[in-house]
Amino acid sequence: MNEKKKKGAARIKQFIPLYFMLIPGFTYLFINNYIPMAGIVVAFKKYNVNDGLFFSPWNGLDNFQYLFGTQDAALIIRNTLLYNVVFIIVNNVVGIMLAIFISDVLNQRLKKLYQSSILLPFLISIVVVSYIVFALLSQENGMMNNTILPLFGKEPIKWYNDPTWWPLILVITNCWKGVGYGTLIYIAAIAGIDLSFYEAAELDGASKWQQITKITLPCLIPSIITLLIMNVGRIFASDFGLFYQVPQNSGSLFSVTQTIDTYVYRALTAAGGIGRSSAAGVFQSVVGFTLVMLSNWIVRKVSAENAIF
Amino acid sequence: MIMSKGRKAYQVVINIIMIFVTLCMILPLLLLFMSSITEESTLIVNGYSFFPEKFSLGAYAYIMQNSATIFRAYGITIVVTVVGTSLSLILASLTAFPLSLKNLPGRSVLSFVVFFTMLFSGGLVPSYIMWTTVFNVRNTIFAYIFPNFLLGAFNIILLRTFFTTSIPVDIYEAAEIDGATYPLIYWKIVLPLGKPILVTIGLFTGLTYWNDWTNGLYYINKSDMLSIQALLNRMIQDIQALLANSTANSGALLQIPQVSIRMAIAFVAILPILIVYPFLQKYFASGIMLGAVKG
Repeated sequence: MNEKKKKGAARIKQFIPLYFMLIPGFTYLFINNYIPMAGIVVAFKKYNVNDGLFFSPWNGLDNFQYLFGTQDAALIIRNTLLYNVVFIIVNNVVGIMLAIFISDVLNQRLKKLYQSSILLPFLISIVVVSYIVFALLSQENGMMNNTILPLFGKEPIKWYNDPTWWPLILVITNCWKGVGYGTLIYIAAIAGIDLSFYEAAELDGASKWQQITKITLPCLIPSIITLLIMNVGRIFASDFGLFYQVPQNSGSLFSVTQTIDTYVYRALTAAGGIGRSSAAGVFQSVVGFTLVMLSNWIVRKVSAENAIF
Repeated sequence: MIMSKGRKAYQVVINIIMIFVTLCMILPLLLLFMSSITEESTLIVNGYSFFPEKFSLGAYAYIMQNSATIFRAYGITIVVTVVGTSLSLILASLTAFPLSLKNLPGRSVLSFVVFFTMLFSGGLVPSYIMWTTVFNVRNTIFAYIFPNFLLGAFNIILLRTFFTTSIPVDIYEAAEIDGATYPLIYWKIVLPLGKPILVTIGLFTGLTYWNDWTNGLYYINKSDMLSIQALLNRMIQDIQALLANSTANSGALLQIPQVSIRMAIAFVAILPILIVYPFLQKYFASGIMLGAVKG
């Protein structure tokens, strides 16, 4: 009896160093993640610096009423959702196409070159991307206005003042920067397909197109679903850099570039905007959380092994 | 191997498409570089272009000679990247190792505490208020390192999975019999065996720190504390950011090759990535796979 107790105590004792190892990481998560989670109460308060995050006076749903009373709310929700839907479709379609092409390239050197170059934009900061876009679109010095448009006899366009083209510009920029990620994942998925499928198809005289539609695409469906659902879970979050940095914070483009994330930042830095900023942020967090849970629940129903948790 | 006509044609077509795509990926970066070595007056007349009439290294000469701001910004970025990445790896592995041991009491609750940070976030406003009022990080180097990026649940989970699946339990048992304590096991066994994944995660963390401009935007307003990305962000609207603390007069502003220098600094900012990428490509690719496998 005594012996057993001693053993139990020794067992716990042996784990103590492990708990000590956890302290730094958990302290950081507590500060960086959990305190701000509790801090969402600020959305229900009339924040002032003196009373701080937790002691400012409550004002109920005033911040939310204010936010949804403006036209901004509908605009930022529409922009965030629409852009994400288009991004998901474009990046996945292009990614799958490129992955099929790259996988079929026989010359190993070229194949490697294609693979490396397609990932390169993924590694570049969005600020630098915005400089490249600026080199193309700058009113006075941009390549579009100085070289390309005159070539077709077109008048220069004031790109940063004219919202017309921005949905297209943002979709192209996002695809250029991000498509390499999905492509690499799809290349790996294609590499995992049993080669004998293709050999049998070849013997039966199947064309390349038939092989793609009848073998490759069906085999990719699990990866496609996983990536799709991961993206759907994040559909309420937007890439702050893309929407803030690439249009260079230009006010005349807000109708097509303002998303929830840019709104939260701009309202936060505007005088007296902290209420609506935090309301928009909380709205985003709560809907985002619901979507992640929902999409994961769906994956678990569809294919349990792909569920994130 | 003999290829049929149809297959040969297919190879030609996909290679043409892929060469076009490759050019689309690389040419914008080339445009950035060409713009940075174009003579200033040529730029003003003809705009940015792949084939400048007149070349000049004026922008780079300006960087080398005149701008302490740029050097300091570069230095800040290097320090932040090195310190941030090292700290991040230490924290992540220290947290992941105990959680990888199946017999640790409380393991699942602790793992959930880590995991939950991926599901829900307080958002920008509360964390901005906290970092600026409680921790006073504004205009310090800590503003670049601590908020947001130092330790992510995702990295902890990747490491934990790696430790559980690829370090055999026998090794731990043998070590315990030899009287090794857990900290010793962590140091002598887990870290060396986890090296490949630590390199991959470290690479991505380093990339995040190197490329981050948001912490600079939120927390820095003193021009001598700007990192290279924060400086670029400031410069795109206000070239005077370059003159920083100096007693900026219009004379100094006139000397700046304004149009080309933006591109020169942007190019200098991505240069390290372009240099290391060919050598570390394998790790970047495997990092993306890791991310895809586990959520």
